[in-house]
Amino acid sequence: MKVESQNFIPAAQIAIRNPNIQEAVTTGTRNSYVKRNLAMSTPTLEHGEAMRQQAAEAKRRALRNLPDLLEKAEANMKANGITVEWAQSSQEVCRLVVEIAKKHNVHLVAKSKSMVTEEVALNDVLEAEGMEVIETDLGEFIVQIGKTHPSHLLAPIIHMTKPEIRDLMVKELGMTPTDDAGEMTKFAQAHLRHYFLEADMGISGGNFILAETGSICLVTNEGNGRMCTTLPRVHIAIVGIEKVVETVKDYATLTQVLPRSGTGQVMTVYTHMINGPRQPGESDGPEHVYVILVDNGRTNIYDTDYAEALACIRCGACQNACPVYRSTGGHAYGWVYAGPIGAIVTPLLVGMENASPLPQASSLCGACKQVCPVNIDIPRMLLDLRHDLVERGETSKIWDIGIKFWAIGNKSPRLFQIGGAMARFGRNHVLKNNFPGPLGGWTDYRDFPNFAPKSFHQLWKERQAAKNTNNGGANNG
Amino acid sequence: MAHDSKRPSPKGKKVSLFVTCMIDMMYPETGMSVVNILEHLGIEVDFPMAQTCCGQPAYNSGYRSESKQVAIQFLKAFKDSEVIVTPSGSCAAMVLHEYPVLFEDDPQWKAEAERIVSITWEFTEFLVDGLGITDLKARLPQPTTFAFHDSCHGMRLLGLGQAARTLLGNVENATIAELNEHEVCCGFGGLFSVKMADVSGAMLQKKVNNINASAASIIITGDSSCLTQMNGGLSRKGSSKKVRHIADILAEGLVGEGK
Ligand code: SF4
Repeated sequence: MKVESQNFIPAAQIAIRNPNIQEAVTTGTRNSYVKRNLAMSTPTLEHGEAMRQQAAEAKRRALRNLPDLLEKAEANMKANGITVEWAQSSQEVCRLVVEIAKKHNVHLVAKSKSMVTEEVALNDVLEAEGMEVIETDLGEFIVQIGKTHPSHLLAPIIHMTKPEIRDLMVKELGMTPTDDAGEMTKFAQAHLRHYFLEADMGISGGNFILAETGSICLVTNEGNGRMCTTLPRVHIAIVGIEKVVETVKDYATLTQVLPRSGTGQVMTVYTHMINGPRQPGESDGPEHVYVILVDNGRTNIYDTDYAEALACIRCGACQNACPVYRSTGGHAYGWVYAGPIGAIVTPLLVGMENASPLPQASSLCGACKQVCPVNIDIPRMLLDLRHDLVERGETSKIWDIGIKFWAIGNKSPRLFQIGGAMARFGRNHVLKNNFPGPLGGWTDYRDFPNFAPKSFHQLWKERQAAKNTNNGGANNG
Repeated sequence: MAHDSKRPSPKGKKVSLFVTCMIDMMYPETGMSVVNILEHLGIEVDFPMAQTCCGQPAYNSGYRSESKQVAIQFLKAFKDSEVIVTPSGSCAAMVLHEYPVLFEDDPQWKAEAERIVSITWEFTEFLVDGLGITDLKARLPQPTTFAFHDSCHGMRLLGLGQAARTLLGNVENATIAELNEHEVCCGFGGLFSVKMADVSGAMLQKKVNNINASAASIIITGDSSCLTQMNGGLSRKGSSKKVRHIADILAEGLVGEGK
């Protein structure tokens, strides 16, 4: 997918002024956030915190042992009859998928939801090769017919209102207009059904890969994942290398927090454990199962202080909790991963110079870390990325100079007080409530109070002087 | 070297006030409120005149070397202090959480930074957790309904919130109402408020709507930065509601004390 993250500020402004996006994103994120908070504090908050702690530990351990676990996972998957491929770049992912598709004479591909395939823009490549690709997750399907991109990790069309979805379905699919969500869902499912039955190949992501057993784990709510991975002759799971965990027990630990954090569910409707192709005597399942393990920049992150970002289980909780995401929606972030975790992994995966506004797109309120089921310290990493931007000279000169002056004024107590007096004069008598240049953003949205006539330094000095005189007077008397 | 909530007890020690740069220039009366409350409790207060800023504005923008220069001035200004109290959760969090990062590899300043971290307290947690004071025996002149806005750094980095509620809850004539989304950021975020003014403004608008919908006439916060943001938005929208600092309300209660 094309990276447009440098455009964050104007894109955010457009989203903020779009009442549909505002209504849809505010409602969608708030609902999930409220449900998440309830689920993670039932029966008690301590219980929820203990689950987070365990999940964080399981993922950290998996990351520490990542190279070993990947080897073990590969060996066990192979033993299960799964063909394992490794892809370093997005081009390699696409090339491998095309090769597999050609080998098996594939014309129709049914996909279940996968963020990695968004990352590598797989659909475009397959279509250019003459294949028909259909997204079968309802949200992704709407994204596909609307020719746009998902704006949220779990809820791809969280940015759309119901009437917008209705109108799109009427226009693109000839649906009889209805405002009943159930009817709309039924219509879409009926539309999708024959694709499931006729698809030659299914493509899925993977929520976890279990090294111990060589299984691919997929959690979904719609059942489309099961159809994509069992009905077609060929199944390819395209999975980031960071998705490997060690044991079935670790999976159990993580699967407690994933749905709770994402949608507030105790469990998703479907959990699939895929252990390889159809075995002799089995009545269903694909003839061939492939797993493509995708790097695409992840090992670069692994080798830095930002490795913790790879612990993400893509639950979307940080997006729902983030007041910036709630105001801008996901598209403003300009790439696949939006919200707090996107502000970290986007610059790390696509290059800082291609996403330099994203680390700034946070008030550092910490809501993301508070809800993250694996306790990723996102605010800390945002601070570190901002520091990197300064070190790399990727900040605007006006701020560089401003901060230099600020430091000179604040490291000298005398200059600090002179600077304060100048600021007071400037605000109270010259600029009033209309700031210039880079500070103008303040007075665009809010008033700025007058500076006090006397600083605390002055008040304290006067107070001490008065005290001394009083004491002196008392002594004299 | 990380912030440990088990700092040595500050009981019986002289307090040095870190007033913060913002209160110094814009809300000095809030600094005086803190002094009045502490002195009312019989605590000796001093104000090291060499203090400036904690360094947070530069730190949060990634300018660590500039931030450090200012943080060194902080260490110098408070070199003789036994206990530092500040009426800001955010500035306290800067010292407690970020000084360990800034001075981690600095042989010259590391030890002093560690000492400063071990003696720094946000104002309400100093009273409640540090001294064990939960009731100031205060009384407001008028019955007033308040609600709390939880400032992010205080709440999420220092675990604050309860201390201020406890203190105000025990003030006569004070009623505490709900503020919807009291735990959601007001959108200030330091330079974020000007660098990303549209986003910050959108966050503020939601906060203003929630404040206007609250039964409270006064919103309480422990940070003058959030206060400036929220009052700026309320005044721009012509709201009659006001955001005030917890220290000012408590100090007013002491003036009208009569419990
Ligand atoms: S960073 Fe944490 S909260 Fe955000 S999507 Fe990943 S796991 Fe979920």
